[in-house]
Amino acid sequence: MHSTLQEIVALRPVITDGAWGTQFQTKGLPQGACPDQLNLTKPEWVEQVARSYIDAGSNIILTNTFGANSIILEKHGLREKTFDINRAGASISKAAAAAKAFVFGSIGPSGKMLLMGEVTEDALKDAFSEQATGLAEGGADAIIVETMSDLEEAKIALASAKATGLPVFVSMVFDSGKDKDRTLMGTTIEDAASVLEEAGADGIGANCGSGIESYVPVARRLRASTKLPVWIKPNAGMPEIVDGKIIYTITPSAFASHAKTIIDAGVDFIGGCCGTDPAYIESLVHLK
Amino acid sequence: MEQLQKLSEAIINGDAKAARELTREALNHRVDPKVIVKDYLIPAMDEVGKRFECNEFFVPELLIAARAMKGSLELINPILASRGDKPAGRVVIGTVKGDLHDIGKNLVASMLEGAGFEIIDLGVDVSPETFVNSIKEKQPTFLALSALLTTTMPSMKHTIDALKEAGIRDNVKVLVGGAPVSSRYAEEIGADGYSDSASGAVGLVRSLMT
Repeated sequence: MHSTLQEIVALRPVITDGAWGTQFQTKGLPQGACPDQLNLTKPEWVEQVARSYIDAGSNIILTNTFGANSIILEKHGLREKTFDINRAGASISKAAAAAKAFVFGSIGPSGKMLLMGEVTEDALKDAFSEQATGLAEGGADAIIVETMSDLEEAKIALASAKATGLPVFVSMVFDSGKDKDRTLMGTTIEDAASVLEEAGADGIGANCGSGIESYVPVARRLRASTKLPVWIKPNAGMPEIVDGKIIYTITPSAFASHAKTIIDAGVDFIGGCCGTDPAYIESLVHLK
Repeated sequence: MEQLQKLSEAIINGDAKAARELTREALNHRVDPKVIVKDYLIPAMDEVGKRFECNEFFVPELLIAARAMKGSLELINPILASRGDKPAGRVVIGTVKGDLHDIGKNLVASMLEGAGFEIIDLGVDVSPETFVNSIKEKQPTFLALSALLTTTMPSMKHTIDALKEAGIRDNVKVLVGGAPVSSRYAEEIGADGYSDSASGAVGLVRSLMT
């Protein structure tokens, strides 16, 4: 195991962070605007969100680069800024962490489907390589390829990120099929784990898709399928509309009680995805 | 008829080449194109949907079946149109304002196209005004709205409100879908239907036609 990674896993259960995008919305990011661009235009906002998770007690924070691949940035007219946005994202998180936490550079999906011929393997490789290089240059300690629905795309991102020499985790979304335990493309938890382990991932996980209550069996099955560290970041339940506002109804303490069962299942890394904020992370820290 | 049974199988297996050949052969043998669609193609897609529901098929299988179906329909539709037969229905589809994600929308569009519907795809980040104008101009039976983000879900409501203001709400059936969307949300904003999968969208549209 990579020496940095050994040091991180020793903190087990390792508390990661919560959602970022919604935090920017409350600061005034307009609907439909590119949150990744804030790394260059409003770095102080990004640092505030990063620091809010450090203050909540995160052992790992991610970077504000989830959608910062050239394929998505092109839609916002920001293709040439790809490298700069990623490098800045990593260095902002690194500065906010102030050596109190590790930084995992976030790589999300391209938003295009290989199977439909919307994008080629080579185009994905170029996009993820450029992103990973920027994250490594900005000082990320590791890379997390997350929220992937297609194992083929995840493998391309993994190989591109591994070329930086940093440890790379891959986290898939399992929200399809009648038991909501497959990827969009139909891959099982067990198959995803074995393919990604074989492809050189340093950790394997599941995130987003559904609420934390449905993550207990996912966590158990992932744990049973791999020797690698397991990473879990569930949503705070399904969003509901109350008085015209979108809210997530699960409380931080209910979130933490599900998280306890997930940690007991042998999961090494735990945090939150959509709908979670520093209060949820604080409640996870209390489990330690 | 044995050949037509093979056509159904070709669609189910997503064999686009065989589906086209068998369709051409059937048309050459003067089989009524309406019979081909009604008795062989649509039941084949229904079978694909059933296999999807019971975890035998997933998105890749749905897509290749829809592609095979589309190939057959490209041969059949011009004949139907020249006879004055109308397509199953017209659907205007798009991802709502503020949202740039199109995978879910494209999946639903492919499945509906495979089921014989005429699709008018307005793309991503579509404003309520653009939806209103398109409905006035194209007069579709259905309007399908997609959103991936929690933060863009409210654009679905804004779109429905804009239809009401324009006085055309009752001209279309509005369907909504996307990761954060639920049947409860669909009900709250006054949509006519919700589906949690691309395959389910086809059944939903059909059920609302009758």
